[in-house]
Amino acid sequence: MLESEVGVAQCEYPKQPTSLPPMPAPTCSSCHAARAALRRPRSGQALCGSCFCTAFEAEVLHTVIAGRLLPPGAVVAVGASGGKDSTVLAHVLRELAPRLGITLHLVAVDEGIGGYRDAALEAVSSQAARWELPLTIVAYADLFGGWTMDAVARSTAGSGRSRSCCTFCGVLRRRALEEGARLVRATHIVTGVLRAPSPSLSSLSPSSPELSPTGHNADDMAETVLMNFLRGDAGRLARGGVLGSAGEGCALPRCRPLQFASQKEVVLYAHFRRLRYFSEECVYAPEAFRGHARDLLKRLEAARPSAVLDLVHSAERLALAPAARPPPPGTCTRCGALASHALCQACALLDGLNRGLPRLAIGKGRRTLQAEPPLPGNSSQATSDPAAPQGPCTCEQSRDGATLCKEGGDRAGATCVLQSDVSPSE
Amino acid sequence: MCQAGEDYAVSAQRETLPVPRPGREQKCVKCAEGLPVVVIRAGDAFCRDCFKAFYVHKFRAMLGKNRLIFPGEKVLLAWSGGPSSSSMVWQVLEGLSQDSAKRLRFVPGVIYVDEGAACGQSLQDRVKTLAEVKLILQNTGFPWHVVALEEVFSLPPSVLCSASQEPAGTEEAYKTAVDSFLQQQHALGSEGCASPAQGEDQSHPSHSQEPLGMAGFPTAAQTEALSRLFSSIKTLTAKEELLQTLRTHLIVHVARTHGYCKVMTGESCTRLAIKLMTNLALGRGAFLAWDTGFSDERHGDVVLVRPMRDHTLKEVAFYNHLFGVPSVFTPAIDTKAPEKASIHRLMEAFILRLQTLFPSTVSTVYRTSEKLVKAPREGCASGPSSPSCLLCMCALDIDTTDSATAFGAQSSSHLSQMLPAEAGIPTTPCCGSGEGQAQSCHRGVGRRGDAQACVIEQLCYGCRVNMKDLPSLDPLPPYVLAEAQLRSQRAWVSKEIQEYLITDDDEEEEEESRAIKQEGENTGIGL
Repeated sequence: MLESEVGVAQCEYPKQPTSLPPMPAPTCSSCHAARAALRRPRSGQALCGSCFCTAFEAEVLHTVIAGRLLPPGAVVAVGASGGKDSTVLAHVLRELAPRLGITLHLVAVDEGIGGYRDAALEAVSSQAARWELPLTIVAYADLFGGWTMDAVARSTAGSGRSRSCCTFCGVLRRRALEEGARLVRATHIVTGVLRAPSPSLSSLSPSSPELSPTGHNADDMAETVLMNFLRGDAGRLARGGVLGSAGEGCALPRCRPLQFASQKEVVLYAHFRRLRYFSEECVYAPEAFRGHARDLLKRLEAARPSAVLDLVHSAERLALAPAARPPPPGTCTRCGALASHALCQACALLDGLNRGLPRLAIGKGRRTLQAEPPLPGNSSQATSDPAAPQGPCTCEQSRDGATLCKEGGDRAGATCVLQSDVSPSE
Repeated sequence: MCQAGEDYAVSAQRETLPVPRPGREQKCVKCAEGLPVVVIRAGDAFCRDCFKAFYVHKFRAMLGKNRLIFPGEKVLLAWSGGPSSSSMVWQVLEGLSQDSAKRLRFVPGVIYVDEGAACGQSLQDRVKTLAEVKLILQNTGFPWHVVALEEVFSLPPSVLCSASQEPAGTEEAYKTAVDSFLQQQHALGSEGCASPAQGEDQSHPSHSQEPLGMAGFPTAAQTEALSRLFSSIKTLTAKEELLQTLRTHLIVHVARTHGYCKVMTGESCTRLAIKLMTNLALGRGAFLAWDTGFSDERHGDVVLVRPMRDHTLKEVAFYNHLFGVPSVFTPAIDTKAPEKASIHRLMEAFILRLQTLFPSTVSTVYRTSEKLVKAPREGCASGPSSPSCLLCMCALDIDTTDSATAFGAQSSSHLSQMLPAEAGIPTTPCCGSGEGQAQSCHRGVGRRGDAQACVIEQLCYGCRVNMKDLPSLDPLPPYVLAEAQLRSQRAWVSKEIQEYLITDDDEEEEEESRAIKQEGENTGIGL
């Protein structure tokens, strides 16, 4: 897979027999010394390996500095999935860290997808060891009351559309990443990719703290805008295009330094720096809608190489009616995170899962996002004092008193806690 | 489909059960009496009359809701011979022949643009097509114009200036116009010579600026020039875009010279959805509202209107079949082209394929397009005097302190040449045009590309990307080059005298004159 994605020039410039007029191997147009090893996908410029890597790093540095994304002294939590984007991002930031004056922590999320995530986490662990960066792993099972993605998939599978489990993964991963960042006391979050290296994220939460749920490299942004048009999601379209979000309320500011790098360049960089990463598709990926947009994007790129940039340009200049824009965010009544409605989407989704109605918060049926009065069997828990959770508390967070649902356990909802105990305890 | 808001339970069932075919015992869902003949959307079977009423109602509602077409106005119908525009012409024909209460109240004319030269058709084919076309046009009874695309070579540069027009679209204005029209009609008796729809112009079909008389065929030299232009373009995408641009200019010119203030084009819902996605991919995101909305006032005094935008292609096809609407098939520039030949083809195939999987695709895209507004995004400065693109006449969407994209791409290329330690705002690349791709910068495209550069400078992002596929801008019709030169001269002149002019201060925010204005302010001129 690696070889097929990389357009390395060795394939394009075979050695010519000496009898023919020699086609000169191009020299790197930057150092003019070494033989060029690749052509940059966008500009067609011929560069040698090390000049390309240097240029790539320079561009990321430029993006960070010009956008004021990571001020000096920041403690940066790098969302590491083991995939190519986050591997490259971590590596580049590690190179640039002395210049930027930041410290890095790797945060990996374990969604509990059997057979897939374990391998990815191994890759992340070995990277962390190699680069001597501290690594923290946060697991869904711990944070969200035992709801691993496999469990979610089983729960949603019964309702007919199995690809909705990708929605959960995206929302919960965002929350998990924040928790992890808080654990390491980070001041900023950077992501290469907020998804597995595959089209498995079909939606991002409109009510999460992230103000710009568009893509993570330029290709992602292009795909996202296509997808949002095809799905009619004017709200997300209205939000698109911002380089990094300032973070509101208690959310940490996030940014995507690789935003303008094309996917091919990321792979090229990983190749030349000999970075090892995990590149298999998530097992739930084939069912996501993003696959269509991705396929279209690949074809568009074949028809016109600048298609990705053109799409990003279009996305930034969309003018949507004010009514289409999402309402300004408030706070979730349960966990205190940013939310457009009474409950943030993570809480709402978990609510639905725990009540055995996995489709609860997906789609426009948002009227049910209000915290409903619990079933009679649970009334004692919901209204009683917050200090009586069901079973051992395994939640790790303690800073603002947000408590998500504890162990999932019985899906019928009888014992699952519908806790509305927001006890702010800083 | 993962459409925001869809009820999954229902569609899950839809996936598993086959769509029930209307059996004998089923009746039209609307009138519950007639025998259904056509199924629009799963489960909605209509009888012939109800379908006709539904279809006609959509057309009238689209016109009536927007209230742009005032009574007595001259409206030019752009007819390509294809099903949607034929249907539109037919609707207008029928609408004008109804009893006076419901009668359409404008004065139509029809125009057909012969694009055979651009599509590589032979002379005999073109003559044959034209004969069929003229037959149909004569039967409509409207004043008709047949123009060949070659006439773009004799267009004046003023086509590219959008004559300003004060907006006449208030509700009050419309109502008063309608009232006065009705009064006029009363005064003149029941016939009302204010609506000379039928009969009057049947005898003399008008042609426009054709050197030869009735046959109206362009000279061989012009045909040669046109085919040279189109064969010099490297990609089909750019060809299609240029063809559309030239066609629009030609139609607007004809409308202006003959006094039409509105032009109706017959783009259906499906076509517009495809167009929207295509324009996204072409970098025209800023102008989607103009390209796919109901009305398009870029040209100032001539307004393009799209009354068929609510009709899907399926409905149009059914209607044409059931009611015998005449149409002419002419091969277009992308007929028989493979799917990956151009962005337009790709998008068309994609949307139509997606539509079979998710039947709400087209309507979703259409609804999203209705939420687009014709305004620059906040943060991008723009005003009534901001420069507009030379070709597509939209306000330029490339700012000097640019957005991420041109910035990212510029800085990419710029930094690739510099040492990595530097980080600063990049200076404009050497071709001085702020191009998104720096390819031509490195390869040193022809230095007599001074003329080229001055044209490129005046184009919006989307048009610039298209022009990249033209190796040289010489084959372009002279009016484009002349206008480009005129504008750059004007810009140069105004820059020279800017510091001596006394101007209003309320354009302080405008980016294109900001640098100059700062100079002007500093010398103490102005408010």
